[in-house]
Amino acid sequence: MEFLLIIISAVLVNNVILSQFLGICPFLGVSKKVSTAVGMSLALVLVMGLATLVTYLIQYNVLINTWFGEKMDITFMQTIVFILVIAALVQMVEIILKKINPVLYQALGIFLPLITTNCAVLGASLTVVQKEFAFGGGEAHMFNLGESVVYAMSLAIGFGVAIVLFAGIREQMELSNVPKAFKGTPIALITAGLLALAFMGFQGIV
Amino acid sequence: MGKLKILLNGIIKDNPTFVLVLGMCPTLATTTSAINGMGMGAATMAVLICSNMVISLLAPVIPDKVRIPCYIVVIAAFVTVVQFLIQGFAPALYDSLGLFIPLIVVNCIVLGRAEAFANKNSIIDSALDGLGIGLGFTIALTCIGLVRELLGNLSVFGNKLAETDGMLIFVLAPGAFIVLGYLMVLFNKLVKKNK
Repeated sequence: MEFLLIIISAVLVNNVILSQFLGICPFLGVSKKVSTAVGMSLALVLVMGLATLVTYLIQYNVLINTWFGEKMDITFMQTIVFILVIAALVQMVEIILKKINPVLYQALGIFLPLITTNCAVLGASLTVVQKEFAFGGGEAHMFNLGESVVYAMSLAIGFGVAIVLFAGIREQMELSNVPKAFKGTPIALITAGLLALAFMGFQGIV
Repeated sequence: MGKLKILLNGIIKDNPTFVLVLGMCPTLATTTSAINGMGMGAATMAVLICSNMVISLLAPVIPDKVRIPCYIVVIAAFVTVVQFLIQGFAPALYDSLGLFIPLIVVNCIVLGRAEAFANKNSIIDSALDGLGIGLGFTIALTCIGLVRELLGNLSVFGNKLAETDGMLIFVLAPGAFIVLGYLMVLFNKLVKKNK
Protein backbone atom coordinates (compact mmCIF):
# COMPACT_ATOMS: atom_id res chain seq x y z
CA MET A 1 0.00 0.00 0.00
CA GLU A 2 2.74 2.43 0.88
CA PHE A 3 4.59 1.71 -2.36
CA LEU A 4 1.41 2.57 -4.24
CA LEU A 5 1.21 5.90 -2.39
CA ILE A 6 4.85 6.64 -3.18
CA ILE A 7 4.29 5.92 -6.87
CA ILE A 8 1.13 8.04 -7.17
CA SER A 9 2.73 10.87 -5.24
CA ALA A 10 5.91 10.90 -7.31
CA VAL A 11 4.28 10.44 -10.71
CA LEU A 12 1.28 12.73 -10.45
CA VAL A 13 1.15 14.90 -7.34
CA ASN A 14 4.79 15.98 -6.98
CA ASN A 15 5.66 15.61 -10.64
CA VAL A 16 9.41 15.98 -11.06
CA ILE A 17 9.19 18.59 -13.82
CA LEU A 18 5.94 20.39 -13.29
CA SER A 19 6.11 20.85 -9.55
CA GLN A 20 9.69 20.18 -8.45
CA PHE A 21 11.49 21.81 -11.41
CA LEU A 22 14.11 19.09 -11.88
CA GLY A 23 15.22 18.10 -15.37
CA ILE A 24 13.85 21.13 -17.23
CA CYS A 25 16.73 21.19 -19.75
CA PRO A 26 15.96 17.80 -21.35
CA PHE A 27 12.25 18.60 -20.93
CA LEU A 28 12.62 21.61 -23.23
CA GLY A 29 15.42 20.12 -25.33
CA VAL A 30 14.22 16.68 -26.43
CA SER A 31 10.48 17.23 -26.46
CA LYS A 32 10.03 18.15 -30.12
CA LYS A 33 8.98 14.59 -31.10
CA VAL A 34 7.03 11.97 -29.14
CA SER A 35 9.39 9.12 -30.13
CA THR A 36 12.55 10.81 -28.81
CA ALA A 37 10.69 11.81 -25.66
CA VAL A 38 9.79 8.15 -25.02
CA GLY A 39 13.42 7.05 -25.56
CA MET A 40 14.74 9.67 -23.18
CA SER A 41 12.30 8.74 -20.42
CA LEU A 42 13.04 5.00 -20.71
CA ALA A 43 16.76 5.69 -20.37
CA LEU A 44 16.04 7.93 -17.40
CA VAL A 45 13.99 5.28 -15.54
CA LEU A 46 16.92 2.87 -15.84
CA VAL A 47 19.59 5.38 -14.80
CA MET A 48 17.64 6.97 -11.95
CA GLY A 49 16.82 3.60 -10.39
CA LEU A 50 20.44 2.47 -10.59
CA ALA A 51 21.93 5.79 -9.49
CA THR A 52 19.71 6.00 -6.43
CA LEU A 53 20.48 2.38 -5.50
CA VAL A 54 24.23 3.00 -5.66
CA THR A 55 24.30 6.44 -4.02
CA TYR A 56 21.99 5.24 -1.23
CA LEU A 57 24.39 2.40 -0.43
CA ILE A 58 27.36 4.78 -0.57
CA GLN A 59 25.67 7.30 1.72
CA TYR A 60 24.99 4.78 4.47
CA ASN A 61 27.97 2.45 4.02
CA VAL A 62 30.78 4.80 3.10
CA LEU A 63 29.94 8.39 3.99
CA ILE A 64 28.22 7.86 7.35
CA ASN A 65 29.70 4.51 8.43
CA THR A 66 32.31 2.29 6.84
CA TRP A 67 31.38 -1.15 5.50
CA PHE A 68 32.43 -2.58 8.87
CA GLY A 69 30.15 -0.36 10.93
CA GLU A 70 32.71 2.12 12.21
CA LYS A 71 31.78 5.79 12.28
CA MET A 72 33.06 7.82 9.34
CA ASP A 73 30.93 10.96 8.96
CA ILE A 74 32.35 12.47 5.82
CA THR A 75 28.92 13.56 4.51
CA PHE A 76 30.43 16.90 3.48
CA MET A 77 31.82 14.99 0.50
CA GLN A 78 28.25 14.09 -0.58
CA THR A 79 27.94 16.40 -3.61
CA ILE A 80 31.34 15.53 -5.08
CA VAL A 81 30.99 11.78 -4.49
CA PHE A 82 27.43 11.56 -5.83
CA ILE A 83 28.07 13.45 -9.06
CA LEU A 84 31.18 11.38 -9.81
CA VAL A 85 29.34 8.14 -9.08
CA ILE A 86 26.48 9.16 -11.36
CA ALA A 87 28.82 10.18 -14.19
CA ALA A 88 30.75 6.90 -13.91
CA LEU A 89 27.54 4.88 -13.66
CA VAL A 90 26.05 6.42 -16.80
CA GLN A 91 29.25 5.65 -18.70
CA MET A 92 29.20 2.08 -17.39
CA VAL A 93 25.56 1.49 -18.27
CA GLU A 94 26.35 2.71 -21.77
CA ILE A 95 29.28 0.29 -22.19
CA ILE A 96 27.43 -2.70 -20.71
CA LEU A 97 24.31 -2.05 -22.74
CA LYS A 98 26.36 -1.84 -25.94
CA LYS A 99 27.78 -5.32 -25.21
CA ILE A 100 24.73 -7.25 -23.97
CA ASN A 101 21.80 -5.61 -25.71
CA PRO A 102 22.77 -3.75 -28.89
CA VAL A 103 19.12 -3.25 -29.90
CA LEU A 104 18.27 -1.41 -26.69
CA TYR A 105 21.57 0.47 -27.00
CA GLN A 106 20.59 1.67 -30.45
CA ALA A 107 17.32 2.96 -29.06
CA LEU A 108 18.67 4.61 -25.89
CA GLY A 109 22.28 5.25 -26.94
CA ILE A 110 22.23 8.95 -27.77
CA PHE A 111 20.22 9.84 -24.66
CA LEU A 112 22.53 8.23 -22.11
CA PRO A 113 25.42 10.75 -22.12
CA LEU A 114 22.87 13.58 -21.82
CA ILE A 115 21.56 12.13 -18.60
CA THR A 116 24.67 12.95 -16.54
CA THR A 117 23.73 16.62 -16.62
CA ASN A 118 20.07 15.91 -15.89
CA CYS A 119 19.58 17.38 -12.45
CA ALA A 120 16.70 14.99 -11.73
CA VAL A 121 19.20 12.17 -11.19
CA LEU A 122 21.38 14.03 -8.68
CA GLY A 123 18.28 15.68 -7.22
CA ALA A 124 16.57 12.35 -6.51
CA SER A 125 19.74 10.81 -5.04
CA LEU A 126 20.16 13.76 -2.70
CA THR A 127 16.49 14.05 -1.65
CA VAL A 128 16.12 10.43 -0.57
CA VAL A 129 19.03 10.70 1.84
CA GLN A 130 18.24 14.20 3.12
CA LYS A 131 14.49 14.48 3.50
CA GLU A 132 11.87 12.68 5.57
CA PHE A 133 8.72 11.59 3.81
CA ALA A 134 5.21 11.00 5.10
CA PHE A 135 2.38 9.43 3.13
CA GLY A 136 -1.30 8.92 3.84
CA GLY A 137 -1.15 10.44 7.32
CA GLY A 138 1.67 8.09 8.37
CA GLU A 139 4.64 9.17 10.43
CA ALA A 140 7.48 11.03 8.67
CA HIS A 141 10.50 8.75 8.18
CA MET A 142 13.67 8.41 6.11
CA PHE A 143 13.22 6.10 3.12
CA ASN A 144 14.79 2.63 3.24
CA LEU A 145 16.59 1.20 0.21
CA GLY A 146 13.49 -0.29 -1.48
CA GLU A 147 11.40 2.84 -1.01
CA SER A 148 14.22 5.05 -2.30
CA VAL A 149 14.61 3.09 -5.52
CA VAL A 150 10.84 2.93 -6.09
CA TYR A 151 10.59 6.67 -5.43
CA ALA A 152 13.40 7.50 -7.87
CA MET A 153 11.96 5.30 -10.60
CA SER A 154 8.49 6.78 -10.09
CA LEU A 155 9.98 10.24 -10.44
CA ALA A 156 11.48 9.14 -13.75
CA ILE A 157 8.09 7.75 -14.84
CA GLY A 158 6.57 11.11 -13.88
CA PHE A 159 9.18 12.76 -16.07
CA GLY A 160 8.11 10.41 -18.88
CA VAL A 161 4.41 11.23 -18.47
CA ALA A 162 5.08 14.97 -18.53
CA ILE A 163 7.54 14.97 -21.43
CA VAL A 164 5.41 12.68 -23.64
CA LEU A 165 2.29 14.83 -23.06
CA PHE A 166 4.36 17.95 -23.75
CA ALA A 167 5.89 16.50 -26.92
CA GLY A 168 2.40 15.66 -28.15
CA ILE A 169 1.30 19.25 -27.63
CA ARG A 170 4.45 20.61 -29.30
CA GLU A 171 3.92 18.44 -32.36
CA GLN A 172 0.48 20.01 -32.74
CA MET A 173 1.92 23.47 -32.15
CA GLU A 174 4.21 23.15 -35.18
CA LEU A 175 1.12 23.60 -37.33
CA SER A 176 -0.33 26.58 -35.53
CA ASN A 177 0.40 30.22 -36.19
CA VAL A 178 2.47 31.63 -33.31
CA PRO A 179 3.34 35.37 -33.04
CA LYS A 180 6.95 36.03 -34.03
CA ALA A 181 8.28 37.09 -30.63
CA PHE A 182 6.75 33.98 -29.00
CA LYS A 183 8.34 31.46 -31.41
CA GLY A 184 10.55 28.75 -29.93
CA THR A 185 11.22 28.65 -26.21
CA PRO A 186 8.74 31.30 -24.94
CA ILE A 187 5.63 29.57 -26.28
CA ALA A 188 7.01 26.22 -25.06
CA LEU A 189 7.39 27.68 -21.56
CA ILE A 190 3.88 29.10 -21.53
CA THR A 191 2.51 25.75 -22.71
CA ALA A 192 4.46 24.03 -19.93
CA GLY A 193 2.91 26.49 -17.50
CA LEU A 194 -0.59 25.48 -18.61
CA LEU A 195 0.38 21.80 -18.30
CA ALA A 196 1.65 22.48 -14.77
CA LEU A 197 -1.67 24.17 -14.02
CA ALA A 198 -3.48 21.02 -15.14
CA PHE A 199 -1.24 18.84 -12.95
CA MET A 200 -2.05 21.00 -9.94
CA GLY A 201 -5.46 19.37 -10.06
CA PHE A 202 -3.86 16.20 -8.64
CA GLN A 203 -2.84 18.00 -5.49
CA GLY A 204 -4.37 16.58 -2.34
CA ILE A 205 -5.08 13.03 -3.52
CA VAL A 206 -2.24 11.54 -1.44
CA MET B 1 38.38 41.44 -27.18
CA GLY B 2 38.21 44.31 -24.69
CA LYS B 3 37.79 43.51 -21.02
CA LEU B 4 34.56 45.50 -20.79
CA LYS B 5 33.14 43.68 -23.78
CA ILE B 6 33.73 40.30 -22.12
CA LEU B 7 31.86 41.54 -19.07
CA LEU B 8 28.91 43.01 -20.99
CA ASN B 9 28.69 40.00 -23.29
CA GLY B 10 27.35 37.85 -20.45
CA ILE B 11 24.71 40.35 -19.42
CA ILE B 12 23.00 41.04 -22.75
CA LYS B 13 24.28 39.24 -25.85
CA ASP B 14 24.94 35.88 -24.18
CA ASN B 15 22.48 36.23 -21.30
CA PRO B 16 22.36 32.67 -19.91
CA THR B 17 18.65 32.71 -19.12
CA PHE B 18 16.98 34.72 -21.87
CA VAL B 19 19.28 34.02 -24.83
CA LEU B 20 21.17 30.77 -24.18
CA VAL B 21 18.26 29.20 -22.19
CA LEU B 22 20.63 27.32 -19.87
CA GLY B 23 20.23 26.43 -16.22
CA MET B 24 16.45 26.43 -16.30
CA CYS B 25 15.88 24.34 -13.16
CA PRO B 26 17.16 26.85 -10.57
CA THR B 27 15.73 29.70 -12.66
CA LEU B 28 12.22 28.34 -12.32
CA ALA B 29 12.46 26.78 -8.87
CA THR B 30 14.14 29.45 -6.76
CA THR B 31 12.49 32.62 -8.06
CA THR B 32 9.48 32.58 -5.74
CA SER B 33 10.70 35.97 -4.46
CA ALA B 34 13.24 38.56 -5.60
CA ILE B 35 15.53 37.89 -2.63
CA ASN B 36 15.61 34.13 -3.27
CA GLY B 37 16.35 34.70 -6.95
CA MET B 38 19.14 37.08 -6.10
CA GLY B 39 20.62 34.64 -3.56
CA MET B 40 20.60 31.81 -6.08
CA GLY B 41 22.16 34.08 -8.71
CA ALA B 42 24.90 35.22 -6.33
CA ALA B 43 25.71 31.64 -5.27
CA THR B 44 25.97 30.55 -8.90
CA MET B 45 28.09 33.60 -9.72
CA ALA B 46 30.54 32.81 -6.90
CA VAL B 47 30.93 29.22 -8.14
CA LEU B 48 31.23 30.40 -11.73
CA ILE B 49 34.01 32.93 -11.06
CA CYS B 50 36.05 30.52 -8.88
CA SER B 51 35.67 27.51 -11.16
CA ASN B 52 36.42 29.60 -14.29
CA MET B 53 39.65 30.89 -12.73
CA VAL B 54 40.85 27.49 -11.51
CA ILE B 55 39.95 25.77 -14.77
CA SER B 56 41.75 28.37 -16.88
CA LEU B 57 44.84 27.74 -14.72
CA LEU B 58 44.53 23.95 -14.88
CA ALA B 59 43.50 23.63 -18.54
CA PRO B 60 47.07 23.26 -19.92
CA VAL B 61 47.77 20.40 -17.47
CA ILE B 62 44.55 18.40 -17.80
CA PRO B 63 44.64 15.72 -20.53
CA ASP B 64 41.97 16.38 -23.14
CA LYS B 65 40.19 13.02 -22.72
CA VAL B 66 39.39 13.37 -19.03
CA ARG B 67 38.69 17.09 -19.00
CA ILE B 68 34.94 16.91 -18.30
CA PRO B 69 35.26 14.78 -15.11
CA CYS B 70 38.08 17.05 -13.95
CA TYR B 71 35.96 20.17 -14.50
CA ILE B 72 33.08 18.55 -12.61
CA VAL B 73 35.32 17.81 -9.61
CA VAL B 74 36.55 21.42 -9.52
CA ILE B 75 32.98 22.74 -9.78
CA ALA B 76 31.66 20.30 -7.14
CA ALA B 77 34.40 21.37 -4.72
CA PHE B 78 33.46 25.05 -5.04
CA VAL B 79 29.74 24.22 -4.76
CA THR B 80 30.44 22.44 -1.48
CA VAL B 81 32.35 25.48 -0.19
CA VAL B 82 29.55 27.86 -1.21
CA GLN B 83 26.95 25.51 0.30
CA PHE B 84 28.65 25.59 3.70
CA LEU B 85 29.14 29.37 3.54
CA ILE B 86 25.42 29.91 2.88
CA GLN B 87 24.47 27.42 5.58
CA GLY B 88 26.71 29.21 8.06
CA PHE B 89 26.03 32.86 7.27
CA ALA B 90 22.52 32.91 5.73
CA PRO B 91 20.56 29.98 7.21
CA ALA B 92 17.19 31.42 6.09
CA LEU B 93 18.34 31.55 2.48
CA TYR B 94 19.79 28.04 2.86
CA ASP B 95 16.38 26.72 3.92
CA SER B 96 14.50 28.34 1.06
CA LEU B 97 16.99 27.34 -1.67
CA GLY B 98 17.39 23.85 -0.21
CA LEU B 99 18.24 21.17 -2.75
CA PHE B 100 19.11 23.67 -5.45
CA ILE B 101 22.44 24.69 -3.89
CA PRO B 102 24.11 21.27 -4.39
CA LEU B 103 22.41 21.16 -7.80
CA ILE B 104 24.59 24.08 -9.01
CA VAL B 105 27.01 21.24 -9.88
CA VAL B 106 24.79 20.10 -12.74
CA ASN B 107 23.88 23.64 -13.82
CA CYS B 108 24.80 23.65 -17.50
CA ILE B 109 25.90 27.31 -17.34
CA VAL B 110 28.90 26.54 -15.13
CA LEU B 111 30.16 23.55 -17.10
CA GLY B 112 29.26 25.32 -20.34
CA ARG B 113 31.46 28.35 -19.57
CA ALA B 114 34.33 26.08 -18.46
CA GLU B 115 34.18 24.25 -21.77
CA ALA B 116 33.42 27.22 -24.03
CA PHE B 117 35.54 29.97 -22.48
CA ALA B 118 37.72 29.22 -19.45
CA ASN B 119 39.84 26.45 -20.95
CA LYS B 120 41.22 28.63 -23.74
CA ASN B 121 41.48 32.08 -22.16
CA SER B 122 43.67 33.76 -19.55
CA ILE B 123 42.76 33.73 -15.87
CA ILE B 124 41.69 37.42 -15.80
CA ASP B 125 39.48 37.08 -18.86
CA SER B 126 37.96 33.92 -17.40
CA ALA B 127 37.19 35.64 -14.11
CA LEU B 128 35.57 38.54 -16.00
CA ASP B 129 33.55 36.10 -18.11
CA GLY B 130 32.39 34.37 -14.93
CA LEU B 131 31.45 37.74 -13.44
CA GLY B 132 29.58 38.81 -16.60
CA ILE B 133 27.63 35.58 -17.06
CA GLY B 134 27.02 35.43 -13.31
CA LEU B 135 25.66 38.98 -13.30
CA GLY B 136 23.46 38.21 -16.31
CA PHE B 137 22.08 35.18 -14.49
CA THR B 138 21.57 37.11 -11.24
CA ILE B 139 19.78 39.98 -12.99
CA ALA B 140 17.53 37.57 -14.87
CA LEU B 141 16.66 35.64 -11.69
CA THR B 142 16.02 38.82 -9.73
CA CYS B 143 13.70 40.13 -12.49
CA ILE B 144 11.71 36.89 -12.58
CA GLY B 145 11.58 36.82 -8.77
CA LEU B 146 10.45 40.45 -8.67
CA VAL B 147 7.60 39.90 -11.13
CA ARG B 148 6.44 36.69 -9.44
CA GLU B 149 6.59 38.25 -5.99
CA LEU B 150 4.76 41.37 -7.12
CA LEU B 151 1.97 39.49 -8.89
CA GLY B 152 1.68 36.64 -6.43
CA ASN B 153 2.20 38.38 -3.11
CA LEU B 154 1.83 42.09 -3.87
CA SER B 155 5.23 42.74 -2.30
CA VAL B 156 8.64 43.98 -3.47
CA PHE B 157 11.77 42.50 -1.83
CA GLY B 158 9.60 41.34 1.07
CA ASN B 159 7.89 44.71 1.66
CA LYS B 160 4.13 44.31 1.37
CA LEU B 161 2.52 46.95 -0.87
CA ALA B 162 -1.11 46.22 -0.05
CA GLU B 163 -2.96 44.17 2.53
CA THR B 164 -4.93 42.09 0.03
CA ASP B 165 -3.65 38.77 -1.33
CA GLY B 166 -2.11 38.63 -4.78
CA MET B 167 -2.65 36.05 -7.51
CA LEU B 168 -1.13 33.10 -5.66
CA ILE B 169 -0.72 31.10 -8.85
CA PHE B 170 2.34 33.17 -9.80
CA VAL B 171 4.24 32.00 -6.72
CA LEU B 172 3.29 28.38 -7.42
CA ALA B 173 4.81 26.17 -10.11
CA PRO B 174 2.72 27.15 -13.19
CA GLY B 175 3.43 30.86 -12.62
CA ALA B 176 7.17 30.24 -12.95
CA PHE B 177 6.84 28.87 -16.48
CA ILE B 178 4.38 31.56 -17.58
CA VAL B 179 6.34 34.54 -16.16
CA LEU B 180 9.62 33.28 -17.66
CA GLY B 181 7.91 32.77 -21.04
CA TYR B 182 6.52 36.30 -21.13
CA LEU B 183 9.78 37.89 -19.89
CA MET B 184 11.61 36.06 -22.67
CA VAL B 185 9.18 37.53 -25.20
CA LEU B 186 9.83 41.00 -23.76
CA PHE B 187 13.61 40.47 -23.92
CA ASN B 188 13.39 39.28 -27.55
CA LYS B 189 11.37 42.34 -28.47
CA LEU B 190 13.69 44.83 -26.73
CA VAL B 191 16.97 43.32 -27.92
CA LYS B 192 15.79 42.98 -31.51
CA LYS B 193 14.68 46.62 -31.55
CA ASN B 194 18.20 47.68 -30.52
CA LYS B 195 19.82 45.86 -33.44
